[in-house]
Amino acid sequence: MRTFITLLGREIKSFLHSPIAYVVLFFFLIASGFNFYSGLSFLNQSASEVTVVEAAFNTVLFWFPFVLVFPLITMRTYADEFRMGTIETLATAPVSDWQIVLSKFFGALAFYILLWAPSFLYFIAFKQITGKEAALAAGAYGGSYLLLVLLGAFYVSLGCLASALTNEQINAAIMTFVAIFGFFVTGLLGFILSSPSQAVRDVIAYFSAVEHMADFSRGIIDSRPVIWYLSMTSLVLFINLQVFQYRKWRA
Amino acid sequence: MIEVVNLTKRYPGFTAVRDISFEVAKGEIVGFLGPNGAGKSTTMRILSGYLPPTSGTVRIAGFDVFEQSIQARSHIGYLPENTPMYHDMRVHEYLRYRAALKGVESSQIKERVGDVLEMCDLLEKERAIIGTLSKGQRQRVGLADAMVHDPDLLILDEPTIGLDPNQIRQVRELIKNLASRRTVLVSTHILPEVEIMCSRVIVIHKGRIRASDTADNLLKQHRSAGEVRLELDGQPENAREILAAIRGVKDVSEKQLNSGALYQLRTDADSEPISAVLQAARDNHWQVQAIERKKPTLEDVFVDLTQGD
Repeated sequence: MRTFITLLGREIKSFLHSPIAYVVLFFFLIASGFNFYSGLSFLNQSASEVTVVEAAFNTVLFWFPFVLVFPLITMRTYADEFRMGTIETLATAPVSDWQIVLSKFFGALAFYILLWAPSFLYFIAFKQITGKEAALAAGAYGGSYLLLVLLGAFYVSLGCLASALTNEQINAAIMTFVAIFGFFVTGLLGFILSSPSQAVRDVIAYFSAVEHMADFSRGIIDSRPVIWYLSMTSLVLFINLQVFQYRKWRA
Repeated sequence: MIEVVNLTKRYPGFTAVRDISFEVAKGEIVGFLGPNGAGKSTTMRILSGYLPPTSGTVRIAGFDVFEQSIQARSHIGYLPENTPMYHDMRVHEYLRYRAALKGVESSQIKERVGDVLEMCDLLEKERAIIGTLSKGQRQRVGLADAMVHDPDLLILDEPTIGLDPNQIRQVRELIKNLASRRTVLVSTHILPEVEIMCSRVIVIHKGRIRASDTADNLLKQHRSAGEVRLELDGQPENAREILAAIRGVKDVSEKQLNSGALYQLRTDADSEPISAVLQAARDNHWQVQAIERKKPTLEDVFVDLTQGD
């Protein structure tokens, strides 16, 4: 456990040492602030049944930076270690490969959560200023942020896997983007296909981050997406471990 | 400390290490020599637990490096080729991180890091960012990292590369001082280093072990051991035949020079032909310009063992 904490500390520190982290933080803050603003102005235009939380997490403006941020977070996790050769010092220390894979995953996830942390202030500020609740129940906050973490975990794991496949950060970033975009678009097929059968619709529902968010931001916490994202993340991390060992051994 | 049995490492298309076996006892300093691409780094990577062998076993301090990898690795301080390290960290920060990673007790980390910084002459650079260090300084950080958890065994892949002569001497002294308590396996291209530093030499070529002995024994066995060069004025008749008849001389080659002739005598390694050669020169009234008993260097041995197949 101490080894894992040491590794995790190094991962988080390496984020905070890199200039790109602050660039990402800065632009993500602008994007999420603008997104919150546009959610509010949408509500101001006409009477609507959605809450502020729902509006904030379901705009196109929300999804666009959301999908873009993962390649930037995860691209250097493994690619840089392989390119610099530090993977050799890392993997010859008395640490297990699982500890390495998990520390990289949780390090990137921690940075992702850090990105989202300021957004909660918007809802607090909203309540302070207007005196109104941003959501109908606490579950809507909990649900929204739970799904953010679950989706984040899955997408971060995809990004780590992509990074483990290459020496070049840019390749990792492109692969991550393509993979996440692929999953995201699969989830949108329900809106695109003219009349899908019930079975197809059921399958697509699992992929639909947009629909999950629509539910969770209302406070409807469905166990299926929770299990889906947790098991997909575990699966990707397992593949990640295999890829990592394969590349290390082939070197 | 190290037991290697029938170790083979095959990559698609070629075999880097072919069925090698050797042992290194506790307290030995073993030089690992071979040309580039001979399989040195591959072998060291397998010993350090980074690469799995295709077949064969490696035991470090009694632990199989593949089956009981974590235990085996905790006995090893490994300095990879090219000293990879995180360029965004400060020297002391990096060493503390590495110490924690290698299981040094939290309460002892500060002391251990201080010790290795001093040993590797890095106290002044303690707070420097690794990316700003010179190659030699980085090399010393790598050595400090290898020693920070006080391992029984050091595996050093080219530790003196990129160092200036003074630093090479420092590293050599450092390694020699370590030897009282530790076992060292060191690969290098600087052969005089090996003669001074190592108690034994393993020469590897094309994935096979060509020799494993003390430097002294290797020199004795070398074919040029006991070679005598004789330079004579003019060109005496029958000189070659006379020289060839001397006891212990195996053959003689003759070469024309501007002012005379050069004779190269290959002799048995343990014979002492010089006085007999001089006697022959007196008897035949030869004008001796120069006589020299050639001593093979480790370089000669190395070249001999690693040329051709």
